[in-house]
Amino acid sequence: MEIQEIIKPENLVYQKTPLLNDDVMHYCPGCSHGVVHKLLAELIEEMDLQEKTIGVAPVGCSVFAYNYIDIDWQEAAHGRAPAVATGIARINPDNFVFTYQGDGDLASIGTAEIMHACNRGENILVIFINNGIYGMTGGQMAPTTLEGMVTSTTPNGRNVDLNGYPMKITNLIAQLPGTSYVTRQSVHTAAAVRKCKRSIKKAIQNVLDKKGTSFVEVVSTCNSGWKMTPVDSNKWMEENMIPYYPLGDMKDTIKGEHSDR
Amino acid sequence: MAKFVGAVVVDKETCKGCGVCVDACPESVLALHRDVNGKGYHYSYMKDAGACIGCINCGVVCPDTCITVYRAKAS
Repeated sequence: MEIQEIIKPENLVYQKTPLLNDDVMHYCPGCSHGVVHKLLAELIEEMDLQEKTIGVAPVGCSVFAYNYIDIDWQEAAHGRAPAVATGIARINPDNFVFTYQGDGDLASIGTAEIMHACNRGENILVIFINNGIYGMTGGQMAPTTLEGMVTSTTPNGRNVDLNGYPMKITNLIAQLPGTSYVTRQSVHTAAAVRKCKRSIKKAIQNVLDKKGTSFVEVVSTCNSGWKMTPVDSNKWMEENMIPYYPLGDMKDTIKGEHSDR
Repeated sequence: MAKFVGAVVVDKETCKGCGVCVDACPESVLALHRDVNGKGYHYSYMKDAGACIGCINCGVVCPDTCITVYRAKAS
């Protein structure tokens, strides 16, 4: 069959969601942010939430998230996205509010905000992109940087005696009674992307059902910061990041019940 | 022979040539082109067009959403 015979509107099986506008993303080639933006846009469109969604953009590489998805957005100060989202969600209880944060934003400067927002059980979705590095500012060590990992501020690798241990913040958050769904996913293969999409969909449904905070960590790559090609960084992540940050649901319950793990 | 035949259309000006789709393709259909686009990236293209089964893996993993996939029953 000729290619021109296949390329017909009735044979279309996958295309860009109209919620993502035509701006070319500023992310480096192969960045996981693009995939997660796409999943969010697809789900908001599929669940018909475009009119009632409010996103809170962080400081970090995803600071320009509001340029790419055609929904309402609010920019927050560094790390303060959960506090801003708290205000928005309390004033507009019928809206779907989410924050989109990186590991420097959420796990370092915004630790207090995220812990207390989750502990209060604010009715928001938190997307946490964990690439183990401060990507935007030039690849410095983040709290989630792995032991021995070379960054621009730890040129000999992260030394736990000096810098402490990599922080599994999602595990801490799973223990807080306010959270209803805490999971860790990744987007390095097509199967992982599909699984991540199902998790985010479940998390969005929990927020719509007013079950408390839903938290989705996405273990990601930063190929520019890690100084690797996108394909190599996906493999490196699979071999090094995922054993330390194992994928899967950590908590899946309704508000008020403690995690048993 | 595969039950389905597919076709991948890459928006070559949006493609950043990361090669994630090339790695994700189970039938080794895609490759990075020798030429570059307006931004200087080696864009992805269908090197072995006849082998495409329209599985949409390339579209799912593409960070820049520049891939459109079509699929039809093999005649």
